[in-house]
Amino acid sequence: MKALINRPEDIVREALEGMALAHADLIRVEQDPRFVLRADAPVQGKVALVSGGGSGHEPMHGGLDAACPGEVFTSPTPDQIVAAAQAVHGGAGVLLIVKNYTGDVLNFQMATELLADAGIPTETVLMDDDVAVTDSLYTAGRRGVGATVLAEKICGAAAAAGLPLAQVARIGREVNASARSMGLALSPCTNPQAGQASFTLKDDEVEFGIGIHGEPGRSRIPMASADTLTQMLLEPILQDLPFARGDEVLLFTDSLGATPLLELYIVHRAAEQLANQHGLKVSRRLIGPLMTSLDMAGVALTLLRLTPELRGYWDAPVRTPALCWGLAR
Amino acid sequence: MTTTLDPVLEQSRLERWLDCVQTRLASEKESLNALDAAIGDADHGSNLFRGFSKVQEKLQSAPPEDIPALFKLVGMTLIGSVGGASGPLYGTFFLETAKALPQERKSVDLQTLAQALTAGLQGVQRLGKAEKGDKTMVDALAPAIERLQQGADLRAAAAAARHGLEATVPLIARKGRASYLGERSQGHADPGAASATLLLECLARDDDSAA
Repeated sequence: MKALINRPEDIVREALEGMALAHADLIRVEQDPRFVLRADAPVQGKVALVSGGGSGHEPMHGGLDAACPGEVFTSPTPDQIVAAAQAVHGGAGVLLIVKNYTGDVLNFQMATELLADAGIPTETVLMDDDVAVTDSLYTAGRRGVGATVLAEKICGAAAAAGLPLAQVARIGREVNASARSMGLALSPCTNPQAGQASFTLKDDEVEFGIGIHGEPGRSRIPMASADTLTQMLLEPILQDLPFARGDEVLLFTDSLGATPLLELYIVHRAAEQLANQHGLKVSRRLIGPLMTSLDMAGVALTLLRLTPELRGYWDAPVRTPALCWGLAR
Repeated sequence: MTTTLDPVLEQSRLERWLDCVQTRLASEKESLNALDAAIGDADHGSNLFRGFSKVQEKLQSAPPEDIPALFKLVGMTLIGSVGGASGPLYGTFFLETAKALPQERKSVDLQTLAQALTAGLQGVQRLGKAEKGDKTMVDALAPAIERLQQGADLRAAAAAARHGLEATVPLIARKGRASYLGERSQGHADPGAASATLLLECLARDDDSAA
């Protein structure tokens, strides 16, 4: 494995130090316990948003007050989450946005109990938008994937507009309930702390229904054209909610890390055409490597049904290292 | 049942147990990672090794007063350093065991330890909501602790854990990241059951015979 690292055990710390140097106008970084917070936190009187998860998905977040990075693909620990929440709490409570993975859920659950003891009101929004996973008693439930990026942006804007904790949480849950996602991989990723590819794929194989941690997907299918693969991703998304003729939607075309923008636009073209054929009105788009899995080649699609309220918060100005619009730089 | 071990465990013996866990994780973390690669994300061994190494640091810098304090130190340290699902789950196992042990004791008989470990297992199951047969650490922990409750010695318990581990191979995972694979999780041993077996084998290790 070749990677631009120094020592495997220093990856997360050094990346965060670089991030702090690159975006000193926007963020600060604490290392013990480890979290990233907006430079002007805490914002008094505003609901604070905190999320977190394993490292390796950068940039992932945009719109939070603090993010807690664990080791690569490993959930953060409760002490990180508690320290982050305490650092950004501005007196209006803390919204925890949690992706539905067993590790994330357990660590955030423990942190929630500790925050209650500390007298900080919290609400939790659990993201589980991945249609690749059968949601049944026999799985850990659907995974939180691309809709998390959208929920953070939208909830961030709602909090900035002065909405109280219960309302910001309601909006987060509405985003989760109105969004569906699915991804595929053309190549595995290599965790630089493990040094090995997460699985092996032949040249003519695609891992379908991939998760964001290099965990294998639900099935392996033969390689096909961009249009065919895009259709295979989008159809289960459309059928699952289901999205109906006339729905206004946001289409998010995400690179899993190594897929070039050139290919991403080809997938986005196919996805938007298919959505239009289905009678949907694509009114907002997000394209790029936002929720990544290290160096995995592949793509994930997320569709979010918009209401005027959600669209308004999506359009609100944002300036984070990952998302920037609506403001003069 | 005859036992080859002293039925009373001194605190120093339990500290050697943790030393054994850290030593074995150092040499076996890659194979635990490989088990995890098959049905998870290839870091279970590395994460536990980081946690139990931190336990060794804490034992050096602030030696616990008694056995409940020892278990509490391990639990808090694992929760604060392992991450993932295994941090809260193993952390809870040690914390709930600590709570169920008689206070201020520097030695514990095997039956009392067995009862406390049962409380630890119940804590794991409450948090993780896993039952036997879900292909998790419970599949190794539960049969081992049940054997202890029935009066078996630590070696028999460790053997029950290993048997439970081997029995996870044909199972379909129902909890955690491996559950996303459905039937594709069959044919692989569960990494959590493997690390739980390692823990119990170290507990059973007869220090005098230098394994």
